[in-house]
Order: sequence, then C-alpha cells, then structure tokens
Amino acid sequence: MKKLSARRRHPLAALVVLLFALAVTGGLYAAFAPADKAQADTTAQSLAIKEGKQLYTTGCASCHGTGGQGTTDGPQLVGVGAAAVDFQVGTGRMPMQQPGAQAPKKPVVYTQAEIDQLAAYIASLGPGPAVPAKEAYNPEGADIANGGELFRTNCAQCHNFTGKGGALTEGKYAPKLEGVSPKHIYEAMLTGPQAMPVFPDTTMPEQEKRDIIAYLDAVNSDDSPNPGGLDLGGFGPVSEGLFAWTFGLGAMIAVAIWVAARTAKARKS
Amino acid sequence: MSQTGSNKDVSQESLPSEQATAHDGAVTTADNPFADPGLPPHQHRVQDIDERAAKRSERTIALLFVVSMLATIGFIASYVIFPIDKIVYVFPFGHVSALNFALGLTLGVALFCIGAGAVHWARTLMSDVEVADDRHPIAAEPEVKAKVLADFRQGAAESGFGRRKLIRNTMFGAMAMVPLSGVVLLRDLGPLPEDKLRHTLWGKGKLLVNQNTNEPLRPEDIPVGSLTFAKPDGLADDDHDFQKEIAKAALMIVRIEPEDIKDKRELDWSHEGIVAYSRICTHVGCPVTLYEQSTHHVLCPCHQSTFDLSDGARVIFGPAGHPLPQLRIGVNEDGYLEALGDFAEPVGPSFWERG
Amino acid sequence: MSTATDNRRKAPAGERVADWADGRLGIYSLAKANMRKIFPDHWSFMLGEVALYSFIIIILTGVYLTLFFVPSMAEVEYHGAYVPMQGVRMSEAYASTLDINFDVRGGLLIRQIHHWAALIFLASMFVHMMRVFFTGAFRKPREINWLFGFLLFVLGMFTGFTGYSLPDDLLSGTGVRFMEGAILSVPIVGTYMAMFLFGGEFPGHDVIPRFFAAHVLLLPGIMLGLLVAHLILVFYHKHTQFPGPGKTNKNVVGMPLLPVYMAKAGGFFFLVFGVIAVLSALFTINPIWALGPYRADQVSTGAQPDWYMGFSEGLIRAMPAWEFVLPGGYTLNLGVAIPLVVVFPLVLTVIAVYPFIESWVTGDKREHHILDRPRNAPTRTAIGAAWISWYLVMLLGGGNDIFAIHFDMSINAVTWFVRIAFFAVPVLVFIVTKRICLGLQRRDRDKVLHGREAGIIKRLPHGEFVEVHEPLSQEQLYTLTQHEQPKPLETGPEVDENGVRRKVPRTQKLRARLSRGWYGEGTQIPKATPEEFKEIQSGHGHH
Repeated sequence: MKKLSARRRHPLAALVVLLFALAVTGGLYAAFAPADKAQADTTAQSLAIKEGKQLYTTGCASCHGTGGQGTTDGPQLVGVGAAAVDFQVGTGRMPMQQPGAQAPKKPVVYTQAEIDQLAAYIASLGPGPAVPAKEAYNPEGADIANGGELFRTNCAQCHNFTGKGGALTEGKYAPKLEGVSPKHIYEAMLTGPQAMPVFPDTTMPEQEKRDIIAYLDAVNSDDSPNPGGLDLGGFGPVSEGLFAWTFGLGAMIAVAIWVAARTAKARKS
Repeated sequence: MSQTGSNKDVSQESLPSEQATAHDGAVTTADNPFADPGLPPHQHRVQDIDERAAKRSERTIALLFVVSMLATIGFIASYVIFPIDKIVYVFPFGHVSALNFALGLTLGVALFCIGAGAVHWARTLMSDVEVADDRHPIAAEPEVKAKVLADFRQGAAESGFGRRKLIRNTMFGAMAMVPLSGVVLLRDLGPLPEDKLRHTLWGKGKLLVNQNTNEPLRPEDIPVGSLTFAKPDGLADDDHDFQKEIAKAALMIVRIEPEDIKDKRELDWSHEGIVAYSRICTHVGCPVTLYEQSTHHVLCPCHQSTFDLSDGARVIFGPAGHPLPQLRIGVNEDGYLEALGDFAEPVGPSFWERG
Repeated sequence: MSTATDNRRKAPAGERVADWADGRLGIYSLAKANMRKIFPDHWSFMLGEVALYSFIIIILTGVYLTLFFVPSMAEVEYHGAYVPMQGVRMSEAYASTLDINFDVRGGLLIRQIHHWAALIFLASMFVHMMRVFFTGAFRKPREINWLFGFLLFVLGMFTGFTGYSLPDDLLSGTGVRFMEGAILSVPIVGTYMAMFLFGGEFPGHDVIPRFFAAHVLLLPGIMLGLLVAHLILVFYHKHTQFPGPGKTNKNVVGMPLLPVYMAKAGGFFFLVFGVIAVLSALFTINPIWALGPYRADQVSTGAQPDWYMGFSEGLIRAMPAWEFVLPGGYTLNLGVAIPLVVVFPLVLTVIAVYPFIESWVTGDKREHHILDRPRNAPTRTAIGAAWISWYLVMLLGGGNDIFAIHFDMSINAVTWFVRIAFFAVPVLVFIVTKRICLGLQRRDRDKVLHGREAGIIKRLPHGEFVEVHEPLSQEQLYTLTQHEQPKPLETGPEVDENGVRRKVPRTQKLRARLSRGWYGEGTQIPKATPEEFKEIQSGHGHH
C-alpha cells in the first residue's frame, strides 16, 4: 500500500487509474446488462409428454391462446404453417421470455423431435407453408451472382450488404445472418417472422431463395474469404472511421512521440 | 518576461491591458524568482561519451536498413510466388488473400525499417545540442515600407491609372465580362429541368412486373405481410436508360388487410388491400424499403425517415417532408395488376418547382 | 578567372553540380538561410507531418490506381475473377475497381493503402488543426496559414467524397444520390444545378467521369498549391515553440534541419508509410466487392459516408421534417436545406474565422511565437472543446443506426438524443472545460508557491502528518509563470472630461463585452507573483 501511495504522483498514475476505472465500468456493465442469452428452460426439456398439443398447451398457449387463436400477448397461429414453427422454435426465438416486438435468437429450448410435433400441431390448425425439403434450400449448384442481385434488391436494405444486420424503428433490428442455417433462412423468407415481411414462392420462387442462400453461404459464412484482411465487422464507414482514428492515428502519434522524444541522457540529474 | 516586452514597434494602445507585474519594472531579473534561467546546459547521451554504445547504435541502425532490404526482397518474392486468388487463414484476421497479406507486411516492414533506422540515427548519433535561432519581425521596417509606397505611387502615376478614368473603367469592364464566356460554355453540362422530374414510366395500363422474376404480378401472388418490388412493364435491366428510369419508377408493393388501412384515398387507390408506393424516399432519394410488416412502418436506411404505409405513407419520424407517392393500381381483364396512371405527384426528393 | 577554373577542376563532383545549379538558381543563398533552419521538437508538431506524408502516399498510390481504373458509367457484364459477381451488370467503373482488387497483383493493397491513407490524412489534419487551435499557434503572424490549412481540410473532405464515389458501388452511389437530393433542395436553382451536375436526370452517365476529373486533377491540384504555400509559410514564419527556459518570443530553439530534422522528418515519412502499409495488409477497408454495383433501386442498411463527411450526415439525420409550400407553388425543403446549406458551412466557418474574432475581441495585434498552454487561455480552450463536442454529437448522429444496434438502443431515442445534445452538449462542455482550465491554473499557482507534492508523508515530532512538498526548479517556475494574463478591453468612460456624453459605437460595446467574456472576471486565476512567492519562501516554508 505504501508503495502504491508513493507512486500516486507518477506521470503514468492517471493513465493507470483511467484504465482501472474503464475496466470496472465495463465489468459492472457486463454484470448488470440485460442478459441476452436465456437459460435453457430445463422444465420444458424434462417434460415427459411428447405430443405437440401438450407441448403447445404448456409452452405456447399462455400467449397464443389455447387453440392458437392468439391473445394480446401473441399473434394468431392458425395458418402460419409448420415452417413458421420450425423457424421460430428452431432458432430459439420462441418461446419468448416476455412479449415484445423483437424476438431475439436464443438457445433452442426444444429438441428437433419436439419442434416437429409442435409444427405438426400448428399445421393442423390451418393450412400454411410446410417445412421445406432439403433440396429447396441446398445452396449447392445455385447461382451465387443472381443470389447477390436478389439479396441486394430484397434483403440488404435491412440485413446489410453481406448480412451483418441493421437497425429498425423503435429499438427493433434486423438480425445478422451469420451462422443461420440455410433451412432457417429459407423458412424466414417464406413465413416473415416478427417485423420481417414475407417473400412467398409466388413472388420469389424456390430457386431464387436457393440463390440467395448460396450467396450468403459464399460471402457470409465462417470461411468466406475477406481478401483485404480483418473486415472490422463489415459495418462500413463507421467502424472504418473509428478504426482509422484509434489504431491508425494512434499508431501515428505513438511513432511521433518516439521520433520527438529526447534520447536517454548519460546520467540522470 | 522577454515575451511581454518584445514588441516595441507595436503601438501600446493596441495592446490589451496587461497584468501589472509584468510591466511594473519593480522586479528586476536579479531578484525575480521566476526569471528565465536560459537554455539548460546540454547533457550528453550515452552514445556521446561511450564509443561502445555508439557502435551499438550504429549496428542497430545498419541492421534496420538490412532488414528493410530483406523485406523488399520478400516483397518481390511474394509478388512472384503467391497467386492472386490464394486465400489463407491467418489468425485473427480470417481468410485473407495471401498475396495482399504478404505484400503489405513486407512493404510495411521495408518502409518502417528505413524510417526507424533514420530516426534512430538522428536520435542517438547525430548531435542533439539544442540551438537557438533568432527571429525577426515579419513586418518591414518603416523605411522599407516608405520606399515601397513611394515606388508604388510613382508607378501608379506613370501609368496614368488614376487620371485616365476612361481607360481604367473600360479595362475593368472588359475584364469583368470576359469570364462570362467560360460561364456560357458550362451551359451544355446538362439539359434544363423542364418537367423531367414530374414523370415516370408509369402510365395507364402499365403492368406491374415483379423485379425478382420479371413476370407481371397477379393479386393472388401477393399475400398479406409480403413485400414485393416492381418495375413498369417494358423496362429491361440492359436498357440504356434503365438506371435513370428505375431511379424514379421503383415501386414497392405490400398487402394490408383493407380494414387496417386508415387512409381513405389509400384504400381507394389500392386493389383489395394491395398498395403500391414509390420506393424512392421523399427526403433525399434513397430506396426506402425497410418494411416492418408487423407495424406497416417503412424506414429509410439512410436518414431514418419512417412512413406509415397503412395511413397514406404519412411521415411519422425523421426528416422526410411529405408522404411517399402512391401509385393507383387495378387489375386488367387478364387478371394482372396494372397502373391506372402515373404518380399524381413527383416522386423522390422535393425541389423548388415541385409545388 | 583562371584561379576560379582551377578551383572548379579540383572541386568534387557534387560541388560542381551545386555550382552549376547555383549559377542558374542561386541555391547557395537559399541554402544559407534554410539548411540549418531550427525546428523545435515536440510530438504534437508532427501531426501536420502525418497529414503531409499521407497526402504524398495518397498521390503515389492514386497515380497507380489511375493506370487501371476506368472512369466510365457504361454498363458491362462482369466476367472477372470474383465469382459472386459473375454475370452481374455493372458500370465499367465498378468492374475496373473489381479488377484492381482481383486481377491486378498488389492492386488490392494499393487501393487499401490509398483509402486508409485518406482516412488518416483527414484525421491527422483534424488533430493538427486542433493542436494549432488549443495552443494559440494561429495567432499573428500565422492567421493566413491557418486559413490555408482550413481550406486544405475542406478540400480534403470533398476530394475524399469524390474518390469514395468513384467505384460506383452501392454504398457510394447511395451517397451520390443523397447529394442529388441535397442539391435539389437548394431554393430556386436546385433543379438546374442537379441537371447540370449529372448531365440530366440522376444518375445519368456523366457523374463518375466528372467526379474523376475533380478527384484526380482539379481538387488535388488546388490542394498541392495550398500545401506548398502552407509549407513555405511554416519555413518563413519559423515554427512556434512551447514556453520553457531559454525560449522567447524572439528565438526558436531546437535542432537544425540538416542533419537532425531531415533525418527525423524523412524517417518519419517512411514510418508513416510503413504503418499504413501494414494496416492495409491486415485490415479491409471499403470492400466494394461485397457491396455490389450501384443500382438506383437498391440500398443497404448502414449507409454512411466516410468519417469526415459524417457530421453532415448526422445533421441531416437529426433535422426535423420542415417542408413548406410557398404561395405560387414553390417548395421550400428546409429539412434538407438548413442542415446542408446553412449549418454545414456554419460549423466549418466558425472554426475558420476564429483567429480573426479572437484578435478583434482581445485587441491583440502582436506577433506570437510562444505557444499558450491551453489552460492559460480558458475561454479559447472552452470554445474549442465545445466545438469539438458539437462536431462529435453530429458525428454520432451520422452513425445513429450503427450505435443503436450495437448498444441495444432505439434509433429514435438516439436521434432525439442528438437533437437535444446538438444544443445542450456544447454549452455544458464549454462550462466544464473552463472550470477544468481554472482548476489547472489554480494547481499551477499552488505548485509555484508551495512546490510539488512529493507523495511522501512525514510525521512531525508533535504527531502531525504532513506531505512533503518539493520546491520547483527555476526552469519549472519560469515555465509556469511566463504567460501573460491580459485584462479585458474597456470602452472608456461614458462621459468625457467636459461632462459631455461620449457616443460609444455599438460595435465597441459588443467588443468590450466579448472581451470581458474572454479575459474578465472568472476567466483567470491570478498567477503567483514574485512577491507572494518570496513571502512564502521567507516565512514558514511550507505549511
């Protein structure tokens, strides 16, 4: 402690204090910030009943009504189809922690078998898009360039050029598309989850959806090339500007300080 | 103290009233505890007194220059070795171009080492004795100024510039007019606006063609909650004027339950809840298409103007000054969606003559 | 005559070349004045050099890029090396930029160096300008050079914007579209200006070639001229210096140009270039291949200009929708015109004319070569800080969507914050900065009178604990007390000696009032006087 006290006038003391304060603030923020990741609902997993309706009654009916007719807390599910269930539950968006406009992606609560049962139940309520077959969303052999054109016409306005996501009104947002499985991308286009509009097969045929998926697979997957180096998040000029100011100019100033600094003297006086 | 007393040639009037102590004169340098002690004596660096340290510096500098040479050789080698399309994984930068990575690093090292060597040389081996150099006032001495003014007056008098006003004035006139030729030449930069901004390709009977499939749209293709982009029939992507025309004619089509449409005219101009709006923002012209089907709001990604498509595309947030123009649509006898005329008002950003 | 020829024969080759040049250019006289020119050393004096060197780097790499770039808006179908664009229709400008990235070896690196250097160029000009501002280096005789620097910054912004637009990608095309909308908003002549700029309706086929001419020829040409003038004036005025022992308003203390400064400055060029090259090897900038070619009916979220245009973007995003139709059927689009035609130039002009305002208000017409420590000019420092905060608020507004999504906020809330902060933050920052400056002045005063707190606690025989204060050296005492503390201008008495009311012009009154704001009460902590110092020294030493 005494040592610490003696150094409190050190030229670098202010910097150390600042860094410490930043670390504490950041730590506190991390500790108290609303956690995005919901804890997997183990009670749901421990459910013995495997039938869709029972799953529905337990997990979904409180918001969507006992027969899927909808309540003030959740929309009607009659006619949304199996694809919507497979997307919403399969990406962990449903069940939501609390009703709201934005349903964030979370760890998936149900097993794929349970999701299939739920989907079958919802599909039985009214006709709607079915879960697509694997050929429908398989990116292999699709036209990447055409997919890019379609993506820029239909999708980029909300999801950014390469699917990095973007802001919508009143705190809603279009999520980033990295790591989203082709099936879920396909289902999202087909069913229009939450704020997202529907892109039905009538206006965007199956083949075009495959092209879009292939384009995303080419530019936005884990091993898509970034020939120029780290892409800084891919958000465009804002992140580039911040980087140029912090690292670019920071490096310049560090070098300038070295160039202008006095060389060490033979003996300190 | 020298700073405050250094401007004898500036009239004292124009100086701000200064702090008393600086001008009191009561404090002489001898007993002024704050007097300027002058330049501190030069202190030697290690390299100045220790020849071995100087040698070490010399070796470091030479090493830096050698590293630079090696890096340049590395640059040339990379240029030859790596094919341009080779992608390698480099942590943490991801899958990067091997060529770009290698060329950039070698070039960077080659340049940086030259700089580092030169600076290290300057810092450790060149003299670091600080020298003071005198400054001289920028303004000329009064005699110089008097001479210049006299010369100028003489020159002006000899030219007769002040006396022969006719020459002077006509010369000014000629010089003022001659740049007009340049201005006139700019006329052909572009055509006059006329009513170009008022018309689009839309007109009575034009089919709404799906931009994804290039097929005309039918009402049953468009479910509630969907978003579709359309262009006028007859406009092809490879037309010479495609960009110009699509910049005005781009259309977005959504379907809203008719009972959810609050604006009466919007409902009248729709077809069973299918409404067609200009895709071009009325603020500065970005394609405004962040459509939230849950709220019927559409947001512009450029400046966040928000329009309510269920209420005549009224502006509910942001800088746009007026609603998006709606295209009046119907269905022709073959069952295809068609425009019932051009937009009733100019699309896109407003302009002076818009009215 | 014969001895002269004898000498020349004996002289080494370098000297003979110099003699030849001297006979035609008079280089010896030039070198006499400049070869051992003194430059003071301080890292902040090198910020301008960063700008200079990035400008040179931009020109070098830019020339290389023109060898491959095709400034044409003619549409072609792409068949180059980049697979996700195969067969896509695009302008030749975009296609040739793709080729630079994927078909020209090293083209990607040069393009990235060009763009990173451009961002750093503008950023270093900005901080250089702020260094000059906060240290008062813009004062007489350097006001004109301040204006040259300011013009370089503004021209740099527009050169950057035109360059950013050249690849004709979806992001930059959106920026050009924005520009069209902004021009259309100009009352009366807006539509004509837009038609003339674009050669017809947007986007037409002319704007890229025209921007190209502006970007590679017109704007850099003017900038090069201004840059040379800027540097000549730096040489002519000699560099300013921070206060310190031996440094006066009549001298300049430092190292000679040859050899030390030449080695340092020359070396620094390579350092700057090296750093930018490494950045460009490791970090992508503006990956136009991912953005796609421009089409007037396509857009992406996160559409922003490069940072230096960000503040105008923020202005336009935060502005409420003010659009009126005047009688006679004319539309006044103030929602676009006010930010771009009024506030945008205002933000820049305020900072450009500051030197003239300050010298008018303070009545100070003397030459200044010793820099102010920012704390000793609290009003100026507070104005500068307020201006920066204003600029930052606008910059934040320009990225409101990105900030909203990354900090989990509503874009509407961020926009409202910007609207309020635009007015509130500069005022707050002004007040806070001024108080900080006064606090620092107080600390300087304490240090001078009582010495530096050593951080060593001593216990006195009677049990009291005191912190040991080390007296300052003569050098430190001088540095902390050398500044002047001007008093505000007075308008003089209201009545003259004959009791007649004197008419004081309104401008004089305004000037006196502003001057009180600059130097009046509450703007300075009286610095320690020698008398106070001596009294304390002769007394109990320290308390």
